[in-house]
Amino acid sequence: MKHEKIETNSGLLIVLTLIVISIGGLVEIVPLYLIDSTVETVKVEGKDTIRPYTPLELAGRDIYLREGCYTCHSQMIRPFRDEALRYGHYSLAAESQYDHPFQWGSKRTGPDLARVGGKYSNQWHVQHLIAPRSVVPESIMPNYPWLMDTLLRYKDMPARMRALKKVGVPYSETEEEYQANVERFGEEVAGWLDIRRAEQNLLKQAVAGNYDGDNSDVTEMDALVAYLQVLGTMVDFSKFDEGYFASFR
Amino acid sequence: MAVATAGAAEQYNYDIVRKFTVMAVVWGVLGMLVGVYIASELAWPALNLDIPYITFGRLRPVHTTLVIFGFGGSALFATSYYVVQRTCQTRLYGDGLAEFTFWGWQIAIGAAAVSYMLGYTQAREYAEMVWPIDILIAVTWVIYFYIYVQTLRRRSQPHIYVANWFFIAFILATALLHIFNNMEVPVSLFSLKSYSLHAGVQDAMTQWWYGHNAVGFFLTAAFLGMMYYFVPKQAGRPVYSYRLSIIHFWALIFLYMWVGAHHLHWTALPDWTSTLAATFSILLLMPSWGGMINGIMTLSGAWDKLRTDPVIRFLIVALSFYGMSTFEGPLLSLKSVNALSHYTDWTVGHVHMGALGWVAMISFGSLYHLVPRLWNTTLYSLRLVYLHFWLATIGIVLYISAMWGAGIIQGLMLRAFDEYGNLAYTFIESVAFLHKPYVVRAAGGALFVTGIIVMAYNIFMTVRKARREEAELEARLAAKMARAAAS
Repeated sequence: MKHEKIETNSGLLIVLTLIVISIGGLVEIVPLYLIDSTVETVKVEGKDTIRPYTPLELAGRDIYLREGCYTCHSQMIRPFRDEALRYGHYSLAAESQYDHPFQWGSKRTGPDLARVGGKYSNQWHVQHLIAPRSVVPESIMPNYPWLMDTLLRYKDMPARMRALKKVGVPYSETEEEYQANVERFGEEVAGWLDIRRAEQNLLKQAVAGNYDGDNSDVTEMDALVAYLQVLGTMVDFSKFDEGYFASFR
Repeated sequence: MAVATAGAAEQYNYDIVRKFTVMAVVWGVLGMLVGVYIASELAWPALNLDIPYITFGRLRPVHTTLVIFGFGGSALFATSYYVVQRTCQTRLYGDGLAEFTFWGWQIAIGAAAVSYMLGYTQAREYAEMVWPIDILIAVTWVIYFYIYVQTLRRRSQPHIYVANWFFIAFILATALLHIFNNMEVPVSLFSLKSYSLHAGVQDAMTQWWYGHNAVGFFLTAAFLGMMYYFVPKQAGRPVYSYRLSIIHFWALIFLYMWVGAHHLHWTALPDWTSTLAATFSILLLMPSWGGMINGIMTLSGAWDKLRTDPVIRFLIVALSFYGMSTFEGPLLSLKSVNALSHYTDWTVGHVHMGALGWVAMISFGSLYHLVPRLWNTTLYSLRLVYLHFWLATIGIVLYISAMWGAGIIQGLMLRAFDEYGNLAYTFIESVAFLHKPYVVRAAGGALFVTGIIVMAYNIFMTVRKARREEAELEARLAAKMARAAAS
């Protein structure tokens, strides 16, 4: 076929262009949904250890998104020796399977946060978020003092969890779904994932955790620290053989 | 001459081109000022001022959106609407629809910037807009496509000129990317908050399929369309090779769509995907350089114009930066190089070599060509164009060399071990090192922004000059008529 045919026929030009630009995406994206080994199976004693976020953690994650933390912090540890020493075991695909949207990031102006959970005390996080340079003098992170003064808005948590349920996150709203979660995650976790108990659960965790060190109210700081403290803590790598996760790669 | 241009103004819809041209400059100035501000926040964090709305995390998407979609997008609307009319020798289809695309686009950009500062975002890079803005963009874009195709169908030439192939591919691909990447479920009809349909690894792949092709189609294919019209026009020479333009067009639009996963090397994305992306990234060098060669060689026989015509300088330097960044791109997509460069400022430098060196410079050249024709006059000052050229060029060189230094050295520091096999540096030691490169980068950015402010002034004065000339012409005409009536 002569190219003249295409460049004298706008319909043909459009159709051919559409075909040519569709192929790459189809080949690379569609199989990620179809190939099972894309997301690792992480089970201990028959139960999933990676779970969706509790209402408080989810509220914290939404603050993380709002403040644009991903513009400076990644949540994706690569399988290199220096990253293993600095951050811990490389990240699994399974660890972000409930992340809508993903927060892997593309730039580390600050360190990776994929396994920051449990590394520092709540008190450290609060101080660091209010005034980073008071704990790390060379830091270039902005101060986030308003997190401590702003009461957490959590009235729409059930709506947020329902939206996430629509895109596939296993929050439960009926007895049947709750029982399925008990089967999958165990009874304790299943309780946290129940939309009907969202508000009660959020307050329970905030009080029990006392993340911002002040239990008189629930602030945005409570939620954000709760989120940071759970990052990367859901897989106990000592429970798996060394080669297990590599077999998925 | 006067008769011909008066005819052109009636024959073509220049009004819409003028509007987009002005807004390209406005968004350019604003977006780049924000860029310099956030660059300064990294050098001097006190500039965050403890004000939530202007912290780095919230302003960074304001910068990228204003520059890519505000400045770049408006420049593309302006030039594509101009080029399709001139090369088809017909008036743009649908004046009212074109007006709608103008307001739709401007409102989307403005609303996006304000919403990020208020904390409303999808938190997905370059696709941060909340769902109502996404819908507005989708509607505007579909109308843009419709106008473009209807205008092509009215063409009085049998052939569709090469610039239009690139614009068509850009419009189609952007529609495809925007729609599939922004599939999301709102929390409620009255909430700006939504969650993306995909999660984790699939979300990452879709997002970078989008993200890299925002570069490939929005910032490359479309600007090649611009190049294919304005370089031959300004040089007064035909395109160097017709055959090369065919080959590199089809190769470019095919290959680009495969390469997004090179942003996800060594992550939890499966190996096969990132290897495929790296392979296609290397192949992509060929059509990229095909375009560069076709553009630069168009000047053969007219090289002397580089000395006398500052507009040609913008266009040719843009093509040179295009060549350099499309060489650096495949280099960074090699897994071993990427292991060092990823997550560092090397990537930021690479993006700006393309964005400042290629996208902005080719736009500046095209706008300097366009403005006198749109307002039917000559540029207010050629000396200011020279000044702009040097401010921009020196600014870019400072910017990218600072980022090379910052990225490569930070990458090396973070993977260094001492004699006992421990990490040689803490993360914060590498941050402390970055201060000086960050200052140099902010200075380079400030020079670049000064350049575009000079351009804004030059264009403002050119339009004022045009208005005065028009008024004078009308006055003389009126006087003549009055004399004729009296006698």
